[in-house]
Amino acid sequence: MLTILFDGIAYGMVLFVLGCGLSVTMGLMNFVNLAHGAFAMLGGYVAVLAMQRLGLPFLASLPLAFLAAALVGVVLERLIYRPMYTKSHLDQVMFSIGLVFMAVAGTDWLMGSTQQFIRLPDWLQGRFEVAGIGIGRYRLFVIVVCGLLAVSLQWGFTRTRFGSRLRAAVDDARVARGLGIPVNRLFALTFALGSGLAGLGGALGIELMGLDPTFPLKFMIYFLIVVTVGGTSSITGPFFAAMLLGVADVVGKYLVPQVGAFIIYALMVVLLITRPHGLFARARA
Amino acid sequence: MTMPVLETRVRQALFASRRWHPAEIVFWCLAFAAFLLFPRNLLLLNEIAILALFALSLDLILGYAGIVSLGHAAFLGMGAYAAGLLAKHVTADPFAGLLAGMGAAGLLGLVTSPLVLRGTDLTRLMITLGVALILYELANSFSTLTGGADGLQGIMMAPVLGLFDFDIFGRTAYLYSLSVLFLLFLIARRVVHSPFGLSLRAIRDNPLRAAASGVPNDRRLAAVYTLAAAYAGAAGALLAQTTQFVSLDVLDFHRSADLMLVLIIGGAGYLYGGLIGAIAFKLLQDLIASFTPQYWMFWIGLFLVLFVLGGREMIHGAVKAAAARFARLGKGAAR
Repeated sequence: MLTILFDGIAYGMVLFVLGCGLSVTMGLMNFVNLAHGAFAMLGGYVAVLAMQRLGLPFLASLPLAFLAAALVGVVLERLIYRPMYTKSHLDQVMFSIGLVFMAVAGTDWLMGSTQQFIRLPDWLQGRFEVAGIGIGRYRLFVIVVCGLLAVSLQWGFTRTRFGSRLRAAVDDARVARGLGIPVNRLFALTFALGSGLAGLGGALGIELMGLDPTFPLKFMIYFLIVVTVGGTSSITGPFFAAMLLGVADVVGKYLVPQVGAFIIYALMVVLLITRPHGLFARARA
Repeated sequence: MTMPVLETRVRQALFASRRWHPAEIVFWCLAFAAFLLFPRNLLLLNEIAILALFALSLDLILGYAGIVSLGHAAFLGMGAYAAGLLAKHVTADPFAGLLAGMGAAGLLGLVTSPLVLRGTDLTRLMITLGVALILYELANSFSTLTGGADGLQGIMMAPVLGLFDFDIFGRTAYLYSLSVLFLLFLIARRVVHSPFGLSLRAIRDNPLRAAASGVPNDRRLAAVYTLAAAYAGAAGALLAQTTQFVSLDVLDFHRSADLMLVLIIGGAGYLYGGLIGAIAFKLLQDLIASFTPQYWMFWIGLFLVLFVLGGREMIHGAVKAAAARFARLGKGAAR
């Protein structure tokens, strides 16, 4: 049972890394980017290609996944995302769904529709036991990496100048702009960071979630749950939301496989109705 | 102005907006004439008619009441499964199936309508998406009832009105679907030009002001959501009956997304938007499928992106401008 819990936490950690970029961009520009999963998929495929074609070790392919997704994120933000900020949510949703469809079909065309696998290095394979709990080495690795990321993100968000500017812009972009904060540049940076994190999450998640061209569609709803339940004004909100979702999903699928998948959907609908601004959202004046 | 005078003026305005434009009559004559004009493409025409009905349903809530939805496939699927199951287990009569589909989907709409009344557009998008996903999972899980991933097979339909048997060329199917579409279109037309329809538009444009002038917002929205759900259910029932098969695909997310594209092409907020959009969408799909059968999804995505970047009202605006010019020409000739 504790092993399942452990798996759930690892899963939730990956979900957090995947989703936190989305929550910040959504909070910052009020932009609904359903195509976030496409960046995650990109990162995953970059990692797979780097390992299979270039023969890079697993650890080296992770930063590559981050960089590739961040780079594409910046370019796309500059070229096509920017005009969308002022449009309605419906337009933004349609637009990003369009991007998702293109990404899915394009990946299918380039890479084929089969599931991709990676070979983990030997020191990450297998599992060991601590006090009767089976712990997968890879899952432990994921938890450590993502935990470090979460801590440093939280630190960056609350303690650095960049973070305080970011929080100011999220709270009120107009006033922040009036105070001389370069909101547009801030947003481009955050978008790159968020996409890069998604890419990294995609690469880390290959082993846990699988990777095939339908990845952005399959996990779109998961990111959205993380964001809507966690709220968009902090790092901790999405973090706990991702943990909750990861554990609930893994435990639910393990204990009651028949209904496992829609427990979380039902949970989302209920949460959205009772707490429309997120489970951990700060009250806004 | 005294009350009776105001009332007559309002009545006249409503009546005027309800009058049939010649172009509308031409449109429907063409639709029925298509049966004779394109005897080889009746199956495609049937699909167009069903998609048009589905789009009409979304237009009712999106275009007139301003409720955004990313999960309209839930109602299509509900209608399709209800009609399919009824035909398989109870009676093969098409009209009974149609009513069952509409009833089941309408009920689902009524039950889920409180969920879409609250919150922002974003919450609505997510909740409708969530409801559709839940239904998909349910249909997948209860495979003893729905057939699961294999689909609901073995549906045999009785002839329409006991006279017209469904054939493989889609002759009966097209006329049946088109007739249902026309009938439901007439009802929708009457509804949107009624005081009820006006109040919906008032809510869409300014909910606060509508509520202040005494419109019961929540009840009106719930009513139109239920109506739209029943329409989508009818489209689902037609789909199940004319293809004699229901698969999980009817509940899939891409159905809802395609439908959005249809309305973007045709333009929301007027009843012909869905119909024109459905024709354009299906012809486009047919055309693209003829030279690249795979990767249709890529093209849908591209069109979505381009349309949104270029402005959602692009085509709608062009159609309107053309219609206005046409109307001016007609008036000029009459003078």
